[in-house]
Amino acid sequence: MATHSRLYWAFSDSLTMIARSLRHITRNFELLFLTVVLPVFLLLLFVYVFGGVIDVGSAYVDYVVPGLILMCAGYGASMTTVTVAHDMVNGIVERFRSLPIVSSAMLTGHVVASLVRNMISVTLVVAVALLIGFGPTAGPLGWLAALGMIALYILAISWAAVALGLIAKTVEGANGFSFFILFIPYLSSAFVPAESLPSWLRPIAENQPITPTVEAVRGFLMGTPLGNSVWLSFAWCGGILLISVIGGTYLFKRRTSR
Amino acid sequence: MNDDVVIEATGVEKSYGRVRVLTGVDLRVEKGTIFSLLGPNGAGKTTMVRILATLIKADAGSVLVAGHDVARNPVRVRRSISLTGQYAAVDELLTGEENLRMMGRLYHLGRKAAWRRTDELLEAFDLVKASRRPVKTYSGGMRRRLDLAVSLMTRPPVLFLDEPTTGLDPRSRQAMWDVVRDLTVTGTTILLTTQYLEEADRLADRIAVIDHGKVVAQGTPDELKRQVASEYVELVLDDGENYDRALRGLGAAAVHTDPQLRSVSVASDGSPGGFRRILEWVEGQGLAVTRVRVKSPSMDDVFLALTDNPDKSTRSDSVSRKVGI
Repeated sequence: MATHSRLYWAFSDSLTMIARSLRHITRNFELLFLTVVLPVFLLLLFVYVFGGVIDVGSAYVDYVVPGLILMCAGYGASMTTVTVAHDMVNGIVERFRSLPIVSSAMLTGHVVASLVRNMISVTLVVAVALLIGFGPTAGPLGWLAALGMIALYILAISWAAVALGLIAKTVEGANGFSFFILFIPYLSSAFVPAESLPSWLRPIAENQPITPTVEAVRGFLMGTPLGNSVWLSFAWCGGILLISVIGGTYLFKRRTSR
Repeated sequence: MNDDVVIEATGVEKSYGRVRVLTGVDLRVEKGTIFSLLGPNGAGKTTMVRILATLIKADAGSVLVAGHDVARNPVRVRRSISLTGQYAAVDELLTGEENLRMMGRLYHLGRKAAWRRTDELLEAFDLVKASRRPVKTYSGGMRRRLDLAVSLMTRPPVLFLDEPTTGLDPRSRQAMWDVVRDLTVTGTTILLTTQYLEEADRLADRIAVIDHGKVVAQGTPDELKRQVASEYVELVLDDGENYDRALRGLGAAAVHTDPQLRSVSVASDGSPGGFRRILEWVEGQGLAVTRVRVKSPSMDDVFLALTDNPDKSTRSDSVSRKVGI
């Protein structure tokens, strides 16, 4: 039992928790739906239904894919809020706490599963988008940079989702919180250029995490000007990540030590 | 400390804000025994178990479990204990087998050992057939069994069971009792909380009655029964007239009267002389009695006498009168 180092067990415990959370995807219809069906459905909806009337000066599919990816990440993360809240109220957290493990391994499991789930969605959206005419100009490095941006955003929003799940006292409450995560993409340049928004809405669109992240991904994939979007996105995602990890860990300790 | 004492708590206190949940609890549990914390809802049983199991810290007092201080060395304590809470703490989406294997891994058993122990436990808890089904399809009794199986993954020397049969049907409860009793054969020490008197009476070697955050009585089931009341003699009278006369004649000495059954109970010290005196009194009064029974106090009497129950005014009065004679 004691033949391995602490680090080995911290890693092993996290892997066990990740495996647990990943299994949930295949067992929970809602999770599976939000991971596989909804992203593709939204892509087709935006491109074929709204795309016809939205003029962005180029093919709408090229414009909307980065935004859609981030929106789907929001849906994926919102489920994490619910599953964390569920773990907290149903008693299994007590069991985990009584084990000789780093208790935050449970949170790690949720975050990594969220990351994996959302990367599956991203892959699906991109694959279907390529089939219906998505034509990115990026080389391998551009793709890598774009995926990196997306992964960072997903990581940040997943941790935020975990923190929200810990704030919520009930599973229903967690569902309500996740509304915020779902709503912000609509007030950004994800689906329409920020310049097309009414002037009073523009400051909101320009000063939130989605807009710079979308612009950065678009820049890497489509070759549009990057400006300072990469740094702004780093700052936003880094900030959210920092606050959520610290806040989430604190909340988890507080809620499990009573 | 005596090697045979596995759990020793002294002066444990815990408050949440202004609510004092535990106000100085002392406990001693010996190795290989079943100890029951008995008390009504809100008495502080769960809080006490959570302190013993290192989940929360006491405000004051000291607790030693398996030779280690829970406040100073919780990690050591955790290696020797396992806790089964009030709600089955299992993963609903995973199968029974997956739950056990996962917990085996989290107990750091190593893959092969975890797999092997899983098979043993599924077998022992009659869950083999259901092992590949998600837990959400299990009945309440099956969930509890799986939950307990998870607790036994590492054969812990000390087991905490927090209300293990609350919400179970009588048959599942009986099955759970059998399982718990079997565990002591292997030398496991068990501390269980319950609000069922019958459960404490049947399972426990020793009982601590806890109420308002305090241990109000402690001992073996028999000791507790003796502590509260002596035995009493129940007379069933022939008709209403005899019943009324018996009541008048006995006055304050009559306890547990029941007009419907026309029964009157009289406290007795359980000796032949005491018994004879009661029968002589009946004869002297010329009362028509159809049946005489000697009764021992039930755990109900003990419980109601010791805890601050809402219907205390009627019940525990009669108990204290009984003790008084």
